[in-house]
Amino acid sequence: MENESKDCPVLDTIESLTKEAESLKKKLEDERLKLNDVTLATVAERLDIINYMNIKPRRTLKGHQAKVLCSDWSPDKRHIVSSSQDGKMIIWDAFTTNKEHAVTMPTTWVMACAYAPSGNLVACGGLDNKVTVYPLSLDEDVTLKKKTVGTHTSYMSCCLFPNSDQQILTGSGDSTCALWDVESGQLLQSFHGHSADVMAIDLAPSETGNTFVSGSCDKMVLIWDMRSGQCVQSFEGHESDVNSVKFHPSGDAVATGSDDATCRLFDLRADKEIAIYSKESIIFGANSVDFSVSGRLLFAGYNDYTVNVWDTLKCVRVCLLYGHENRVSCLQVSPDGTALSTGSWDYTLRVWA
Amino acid sequence: MVTMNSEKAATKRKPESNNGGCTKLNNEEPVNLQSAGTTEESPNHLLYKKMEKIVEKMQDETTGVPVRTVKSFMSKIPSVFTGSDLIMWMMKNLDVEDQQEALHLAHLIASHGYFFPIDDHMLTVKNDSTFYRFQTPYFWPSNCWEPENTDYAVYLCKRTMQNKTRLELADYEAENLARLQKMFSRKWEFIFMQAEAQSKVDKKRDKLERKVLDSQERAFWDVHRPMPGCVNTTEIDIKKACQMNKPIHGVKQSNMAPPKISPSTSGLVPPKKSVEQLKKQIIMLKIRIDRRNIKISKAAESFVAYYEQYLEYDSFFAASECPNPWISDSPDLWEQEKLAKDISARRVKRWAFSLKELLQDPVGREHFVKFLDKEFSGENLRFWEAVQDLKALPQSQVQSKAVEIWTEFLAPDAGCPINVDSRSSELTKKNMEVPDRWGFDCAANHVYHLMKSDSYSRYLRSEMYKEFLNGSKKKTSVKGIRSIVSFSARKDNVI
Repeated sequence: MENESKDCPVLDTIESLTKEAESLKKKLEDERLKLNDVTLATVAERLDIINYMNIKPRRTLKGHQAKVLCSDWSPDKRHIVSSSQDGKMIIWDAFTTNKEHAVTMPTTWVMACAYAPSGNLVACGGLDNKVTVYPLSLDEDVTLKKKTVGTHTSYMSCCLFPNSDQQILTGSGDSTCALWDVESGQLLQSFHGHSADVMAIDLAPSETGNTFVSGSCDKMVLIWDMRSGQCVQSFEGHESDVNSVKFHPSGDAVATGSDDATCRLFDLRADKEIAIYSKESIIFGANSVDFSVSGRLLFAGYNDYTVNVWDTLKCVRVCLLYGHENRVSCLQVSPDGTALSTGSWDYTLRVWA
Repeated sequence: MVTMNSEKAATKRKPESNNGGCTKLNNEEPVNLQSAGTTEESPNHLLYKKMEKIVEKMQDETTGVPVRTVKSFMSKIPSVFTGSDLIMWMMKNLDVEDQQEALHLAHLIASHGYFFPIDDHMLTVKNDSTFYRFQTPYFWPSNCWEPENTDYAVYLCKRTMQNKTRLELADYEAENLARLQKMFSRKWEFIFMQAEAQSKVDKKRDKLERKVLDSQERAFWDVHRPMPGCVNTTEIDIKKACQMNKPIHGVKQSNMAPPKISPSTSGLVPPKKSVEQLKKQIIMLKIRIDRRNIKISKAAESFVAYYEQYLEYDSFFAASECPNPWISDSPDLWEQEKLAKDISARRVKRWAFSLKELLQDPVGREHFVKFLDKEFSGENLRFWEAVQDLKALPQSQVQSKAVEIWTEFLAPDAGCPINVDSRSSELTKKNMEVPDRWGFDCAANHVYHLMKSDSYSRYLRSEMYKEFLNGSKKKTSVKGIRSIVSFSARKDNVI
């Protein structure tokens, strides 16, 4: 016996540590079970059923020559930036459906794009592993003033401006997130913790905006403190890649969409999953989710070409939006909540209201 | 080679050992990683498994979709079912909501090639008496087919050798064949010979069996080389493709390495962790156990309350004073918002929801500043906003701005001193040794809470706010609510 432990002391510690971790996990599970006094749907029983939704396609934006991979609303509530596999980034006046800029990118796979809070700047990137910003001006070619801000060691899958034109937060296939200084291109903070590709990020809607959430192919959802670079909370439950994460407008929960064909709601205060939105007939993965202003509706774009609209509180589907002819890759409620934009592999974007 | 003889058809699945061989022509280099990348856990496989579960149910001899051999005029159409039978079955056996959803799901399963219309290249389903046939499991997409152009050339070439009307090439297929012939001009002879050999084998088959096999082979190519205008369902999301093609998930390993370290991307079998990782995990777990958490009931109540509070601001439920621009085609709503006059009561009401809401609205913020000035307590908000501005600055300006904030608000001889608790004060002082954009966060938080509990609540009770609320444009929005939520019912239930 003694010999054995001498021979492999490392293994022994690993074993004991694993054991400890397991017992802690068990304890945590028990603790969390105590919080399950009722379900969200039970509490929501007193609300009326949403029995009629009149959501129709109101605009179709045609112009991309290939799959639309990402889009973002301008803070002015009517412009949209979209990026496509054809290597183009287009700035639309979605209200009139006019194209205001069409920028050709150095890479053909522009996986992510984002509007800056001022509306005067957009960022995008993808298979080039980079995030590049373009100041928007109608007078000159926007590519003249483009600027590469950050570089990852794998593709850049998602980006956003955290309350300022001067910083960009990115997520990457190198399984990290990073905060960059736009002016200098300096890496302000990097976020390590995921064990696989980061697919989506979202900024917390708190008044200080110091935290954000990320979803990854390691099936995990992590909450980060931007100041320290530390992961402060983590959520598990999904059975496949987490493709989309979005904060509830109250900031107290995060909704997710996954390849396991479910969407879920994780509460930060309860530290656990509190709702799962799924149906036996929904078998395709969810790519993108977003809330309506009141948080009652969750829009989710799926690989089955549809958008499912979920009642987040009663945990039932309200309706299905048909129209796209290929996967719905991205979706976002407009800043004032008046419309929903969707982008698809069918080369088009649509605006619903 | 992508072809099938009777023995292969008999086996349910494409045999594993054949994995490489059947996607390639003999002397070619093994192609990229797709086949290895498509591990059991890849998103596509998850989907294939779910579809196959449904298709297997459909094919159940007693409870499945009724499959028949139909006599027609001079011949027989073997093993088919009608679109309406299929949709009826789906409505009965799957939890689809209506016929539209059933049709949509049927279309998707068809476009993956699990069943197909017997004489149409377009893989879709109509709810009528059109005949459909099930694909043999051998040709299911879960078998990691990545058929090559040479295989496609052999197949098209073979079709030209069989002078049957049902095998005639469609226009786009003829074009594809011409293109392939150009591309493979040097080895066309070889392709031709292969086609000839296959065609000979085919000819020896039983007539009905041939009919079925021909159609299944055609459907296979309709999936992998879809007709123009049809969706290619075998395409993989580029992000997922990148993820699968990463070096650690290489091709060769899948054969050699023991199953434990198989190229699993998402860690169903977690790799052995290092001591460091485990220690870190234990710390995280302990933190999680020690965390004070609220019960589900409380969380749920808060979301219901949030919904009730914001219901009238949610355009998907309620209408505002101006019609939704996307529906009415009039941008009045946005124009109205830009003007600082005629602020609606609905908008002013929102300022009372939280300090955040108040500060988010430029008009609200301005009004609050006026109130603070009257109270001679404007410095708190100015400090808090200066700290928020600091966080949004380019790195190059952070240091000077930090010093500026310090001198203005916190230094012993500050021009506009603010009161913070000693802990925040100490912490901020320490942070100033190396000023950064987050150095004042603690102090700013303190000030924010002070504002919230003190000035903000006094503001809400003030005549100034009440006057503004009463003077603002009154227009009830309740009547505009789209017949979804009945208010009386809701109020009765609220305790």
